[in-house]
Amino acid sequence: MDEYALIMRHEDGSKIASPEQMEIWMKATMDWIGGIAAQNKFVSGTGLLFDDAKVVHHNKLVTNRPFGEIKETIGGFITVKAESAEEAAEFAKGCPVLQGEGNTMEVRRIAKRDNGH
Amino acid sequence: MKNQELIPHLFRTEYRKIVAVLCKRFGFDQIETAEDIASDTFLTATQTWTYKGAPPNPTAWLYNVAKNKAKNYLVRNSTFETKIAPQIAGSSEADDLMEIDLSPQNISDSQLQMMFAVCHPALSPEAQIGLSLRILCGFGIDEIAEAFLSNKETINKRLYRAKEKLREEKIKIEFPGPSEIEERLENVLTTIYLLFSEGYYSVSQNQTLRQDLCLEALRLCTMLIENKSTCKPQVYALLALMCFHASRFEARVNKNGELVLYDDQDPGLWNMELIGKGAYYFKCASVGTELSKYHLQAGIAWWNTQKADTREKWENILQLYNRLLQLEYSPIAALNRTYALSKANGKAEAIIEAEKLKLIDNQFYFALLGELYAGIDNEKAKQNFEEAFSLAKTQADKQAMQNKINKL
Repeated sequence: MDEYALIMRHEDGSKIASPEQMEIWMKATMDWIGGIAAQNKFVSGTGLLFDDAKVVHHNKLVTNRPFGEIKETIGGFITVKAESAEEAAEFAKGCPVLQGEGNTMEVRRIAKRDNGH
Repeated sequence: MKNQELIPHLFRTEYRKIVAVLCKRFGFDQIETAEDIASDTFLTATQTWTYKGAPPNPTAWLYNVAKNKAKNYLVRNSTFETKIAPQIAGSSEADDLMEIDLSPQNISDSQLQMMFAVCHPALSPEAQIGLSLRILCGFGIDEIAEAFLSNKETINKRLYRAKEKLREEKIKIEFPGPSEIEERLENVLTTIYLLFSEGYYSVSQNQTLRQDLCLEALRLCTMLIENKSTCKPQVYALLALMCFHASRFEARVNKNGELVLYDDQDPGLWNMELIGKGAYYFKCASVGTELSKYHLQAGIAWWNTQKADTREKWENILQLYNRLLQLEYSPIAALNRTYALSKANGKAEAIIEAEKLKLIDNQFYFALLGELYAGIDNEKAKQNFEEAFSLAKTQADKQAMQNKINKL
């Protein structure tokens, strides 16, 4: 069994959700993760905060928050165990991030230390 | 208290203290000697008190006899005589060396150190529980055999092997160092909770014995609370968890000794004093930043002391299970989480999630599916209850499934 990162990608990270929306979204996310954990397939979860977020550019220029020309950003990722990329993609389908139009989930197998890439 | 009650009572409370102190003094190499001296002390008490009556302070009497027997043993011990005695002969050290310290402080320290030794990760969980019951709780071999639905011979063998292991691994009766204590404490808590569960979920029909196991687990956990270096939030959380569970002890068994399911229990029989104690310990556990699995389980257990079937209750239980499963997976937590999901988010969603669990050798998995399909697809509900029935190991579990089928 391999480990996969399920990466939550927001099309427009500058959109700010209301506290009510946030609460609904948090519950849905927790239920989604709980469902994966109940199948003994959850490894870890990493949420990414926007407070103090910075982008370091090619010319070493540092800007606040990731939004400029490109609004797409990563909201966080969880790591799961799965038999295949297809199974991992099935887990990703349940992520509430996908309820937002334009948002996507990226599924990536995690490189093992012993086989390089 | 009459002798025939007094001696078994003192055996239960004092045997383990004497063994812990002597064992601490002699080391695990001579654990049998420590046990023999303690047993012998009670034999002497039985013989003497039967004729002369119990002394005014029976505990002090026992300690004195145990001390003298231990001293006699030390004197007879050839190593002592040939190697140590000549060097210290006539000095005051000789007396110190012979002194057996049965002060409350040393009893408590010895027992706690013994707890860490017995719950050493080198020992298998069964060995840890067996030794805990024998050495820390003073249970008789036949009681341990009954608790495990086993026989004396098997238990004796298991304890013998466990003691051999203690010696092979050269496990010392001492407090773990500050860097080790968290990890070792984790092991001690696991064993205490196993001990509790052994009593709470045991298949043994002996109610008194089962309750005793639970009370012993509570007592051991309380000992950890009473010591500064082990009085930690997760220990309070475990104590709270066990209090909440234990509060339903009376309610979960009927007059015929049959298990009463949570939904059918009379909350009037729930022990409010234990619930109150649990709430107090839970509050003590709510310090620091670490949220252990015991905190989460105690939170769930607290909500289960609230009989009202509210959405708030199930939503909270669901979220606690979501977090618990992230910390540590177990099939039973997965099943309970899915039941909470059906209560909080509805049966339709829960059925989809339940089908994904695929715990096909677990009777409770099919019992849960039966429960979820009931009222939605009774044919499927029946099939699942029948599957649970065929997997059930006890008559009570089979009967519970039959009742569910009859109700459809």
